[in-house]
Amino acid sequence: MFLAAEGTGEVVLKSGWFLEHAYIIPVIPAIAFVLIMLFGKKLGWVVGHGSYFGIASMAASFVLSAGCVIQWIQRVNSATSGEGESALGRTISAVGRSLVPMAEGGETKAYISPVIKTFAWWQSGGTTFGIGSHADGLAIMLIFVVTLISTLVQIYSLEYVRGDRRFTHFFGALTLFSAGMLAMVLAENTIQLILGWEIMGLCSFMLIGHWWEERANSEAALKAFWTVRVGDIGLLVGVTMMYFGAKSFSIDAINEWALTNPTGTRVVFWTAMALLAAVIGKSGQFPLHTWLPDAMAGPTPVSSLLHSSTMVVAGVFLVARLYPVFWVGFSIADGGINPLVLIGGITILISGLLALVQVDIKKVLAYSTVGQLGYMIMGLGAGAWTPAVFHIFTHAFFKACLFLGAGSISHSASHHSFDMKKDMGGLWRKMPWTFATFLISTIALIGLPPFAGFFSKDEIIDNAGHNGYQAFMVIGLIGAFLTAAYMSRTMYLTFFGTARGASAGLHADPHDAHGAAPTMEPIEEYEADDAAHGHAHDTHGAHGGHDAHAGPHESPWLIVGPLVVLAFGAVFAGYLNAAPFGEKWLRFEKWAEPSAVGKTFPELSHAEFLWSKASISIGIVLAAVVIGLGLSKMVYERKFLFGLTRRNPVAGFVYRFLWNKYYLDWLYEKVIARGVAYPIARAAYWINQNVLDGVVNGAGKFSVGSGRWVYKWIDQRGVDGIVNGSGMTAKGAGSALRGTESGRIQQYASLLFGATAVAAIALVLYVQAK
Amino acid sequence: MLLANAVPQHIAFGLIAAVMIVGALRVVTSNNMVRAALWLVVVLSGAAAQYILLAAEFVAVTQVLVYVGAVMVLFLFGTMLTRGQIGHERDLNNKHRIIPGVVALMLAGILGYVLIDAYHASKLPDAVPVSTDKISDSIFSTYLLPFWALSIVLTAAVVGAIVLARKD
Amino acid sequence: MLINEFLLLGAALFCIGVYGVLARRNGVMVLMSIELILNSVNINLLAFNLKHGGDVIGNVFALYVIAVAAAEVGVGLAIVLLIYRNRRSIALDELSQMKG
Repeated sequence: MFLAAEGTGEVVLKSGWFLEHAYIIPVIPAIAFVLIMLFGKKLGWVVGHGSYFGIASMAASFVLSAGCVIQWIQRVNSATSGEGESALGRTISAVGRSLVPMAEGGETKAYISPVIKTFAWWQSGGTTFGIGSHADGLAIMLIFVVTLISTLVQIYSLEYVRGDRRFTHFFGALTLFSAGMLAMVLAENTIQLILGWEIMGLCSFMLIGHWWEERANSEAALKAFWTVRVGDIGLLVGVTMMYFGAKSFSIDAINEWALTNPTGTRVVFWTAMALLAAVIGKSGQFPLHTWLPDAMAGPTPVSSLLHSSTMVVAGVFLVARLYPVFWVGFSIADGGINPLVLIGGITILISGLLALVQVDIKKVLAYSTVGQLGYMIMGLGAGAWTPAVFHIFTHAFFKACLFLGAGSISHSASHHSFDMKKDMGGLWRKMPWTFATFLISTIALIGLPPFAGFFSKDEIIDNAGHNGYQAFMVIGLIGAFLTAAYMSRTMYLTFFGTARGASAGLHADPHDAHGAAPTMEPIEEYEADDAAHGHAHDTHGAHGGHDAHAGPHESPWLIVGPLVVLAFGAVFAGYLNAAPFGEKWLRFEKWAEPSAVGKTFPELSHAEFLWSKASISIGIVLAAVVIGLGLSKMVYERKFLFGLTRRNPVAGFVYRFLWNKYYLDWLYEKVIARGVAYPIARAAYWINQNVLDGVVNGAGKFSVGSGRWVYKWIDQRGVDGIVNGSGMTAKGAGSALRGTESGRIQQYASLLFGATAVAAIALVLYVQAK
Repeated sequence: MLLANAVPQHIAFGLIAAVMIVGALRVVTSNNMVRAALWLVVVLSGAAAQYILLAAEFVAVTQVLVYVGAVMVLFLFGTMLTRGQIGHERDLNNKHRIIPGVVALMLAGILGYVLIDAYHASKLPDAVPVSTDKISDSIFSTYLLPFWALSIVLTAAVVGAIVLARKD
Repeated sequence: MLINEFLLLGAALFCIGVYGVLARRNGVMVLMSIELILNSVNINLLAFNLKHGGDVIGNVFALYVIAVAAAEVGVGLAIVLLIYRNRRSIALDELSQMKG
């Protein structure tokens, strides 16, 4: 597919089978989904009730993705190997395009075109809708992460949801979910992007509501679905606008249109605003973040998959994919305040504060995800494309690991409870592997140097300041402080201190475990806790066998294995783009950042890494860890400051305000939803009562009047005689046919159709005879 | 029409038609309301595919959007609102199914006979896709009056459905 | 393509739909059968449209049929819902108030 001719001094970009056939990657899990749904239950244990299809398909996709990664790296290297003496001024043509390499920061960057494959999906009115694959650094990085984490999560689920009554459906939905994400990531055009986006929306509904027998779970599923739908309207509007702007659905064409900008910045601005609504909905940004913590009602593997590499990342991916639209629309280069960076900044702050008051370990992690997505959005808004995308990469590992770790605790130690204050504590001795992986991931999340999070998060903060967004650099630092504080609190409550509730072996019944030890609760917000009980469970009906275990213990290897793999990623993923070690270590930047500068990607500037700047954030994080651990110990063990929220009205108000999540849910449900739906119903009722009734009454009066007239002048005078005669005939016939008048509509219909058929047959016979 | 062009179309038609007929039979015989609704999805999607074979792309897309999307959701809601449990139910069918069967077979016989008699090997011309702008021109000029009537029907249906389904 | 392929498919769907309307006891199922009938009509409309000159008339009417069907399902389900609310059952053979 490359038109570049050799021998004319042009670089031939390497490609390969995996890159050319990347479209197969989402197809495999899609087929597996069909197989699971058709044969999963019928074949039974032979295919693990369908789970083996899912795992095999994800593993196959992972192998293909790994092949893509290798070939993409070869492709990038093939473009940059001849760099130096002959690269300048050389025209590179690939895929029918040619352009002079742009000089950026003194170094020449060749144009590495994405490998695009398109098939005609359908045609309508002269427009062809394509489907295919658009493989570039961003897409390939993400499919690698998605397939890896999907595989691990499915292996983990084998143990975690074993014996569940909808085991097969669970794996089916999980597999289709990954297929949707892969289709979206590899989307060649915006229509395919919507397709994957919506598949994910549907599957998230099915998975969050997996245990729909409990009302809270089905409500959480509905909430997730509808909240995301609110944003999806923005996606449809945005895609339509881009189509009429760029006259194409193709991602490349849209990016080119946005950069060359022939229609004026205002169109691009409103397009970006429309897309931003979709991003806010999908990626759980303020003010539509409320669905994300509720989505914890789903099984833990689902939370892990949703929150690390799929679903919520989709919104960030959309921004990264159509970056020129946002770059131009929000004039990111100018360094003012733009909607993207503002939303990200607000989200970082509010989620960090909310996470501080949660008692459910999964909700802490959920708010932490919201905050980390805020970092990505803020980074993208501040022109830090590469660090933000790198943060997607590193975040996926440690967040998946944290969620799976929380699931491991609930599975094996706290008896399906996620309540840190009541059922956890002192677990580090009992579950060493879970503890070690959780600790590594926590350090990676809060961003301390040797681990992955530092290399991405710190770069976002650094680059925000470098690009003229100093205020948001400060917000990023405050966010880092909050993250470190709430994660320290979580670590302390979960693994250190004294064992409480189910972790101490008090688990006669999962529901009693909460009320069993009221005296052991060193908790100040006792009243409010009861509200959380409905969510703080992962109880699933048929969980036989496991209820017999005595006290907390380490989880089986099917659970620990994925944890270890992910923790490995949490340690080493950061070294792909380790800015502190100099230019050579910036491999991720080299491989993933699109190099079509000026064509389909804006020119970015990168901050210089300085230990003096990094040491500030490291210091802040360390301070927060010390404060977080110290306060936790004082509050929860020594009873210092105990009952502060009840004694001090200001502290109590702040606590209640945070506990009620800023009253946003109340606003949405009680004020907005009711405010919209109720008047519509009222209006319909009013129309019914006044307009329609008036019409009906008027028509009735008219017909009564005319009826009287007819009765008086026609009926009585002339018709009576005829009617009387025919009436007598009808009466006789009617009593003869009375048996058929059963009053049942369907018998009438049978007669009607039967008579029609008979009449038609008679007609045909008659015509034939003639 | 070239044979080479025709064969894939015949195969596509045959496959889709077989799936549609099996699906339709399952719709009217299944003992599970949700299953029946899902089989109806299969039939309606198959119909959309047939519309494409008949060069009516816009109708096919509308079929998918309106039928497979909106109407099916209505059906599933109707199913859930009128029956608590989802699963097998014994009393979905009437006790006497012989008369309906006979009527349907009679209709099938006479329709089949008439159609084969009238059009036994009559060929369709080559399909030229109908462009959407032509359809819209037609709707908003020649067939504007039916379009208005339809708008009123839809409005009345919306109001009527709300009025009927209200709890007073 | 032969026109009869489509017409016979339409006829088959129509007859299956008629069977469903007559044999089903549940109101929602009857509505589904009606959808089958309406679709068979649409197939016929489009087949004849192609047969007779390939104008857009058939397409326009097929679209109208789809719109009317949507209205019909809306009102039909509302009626079924009302019947269910009043009688706790949507078995159509129990509805015999029209008995003469």
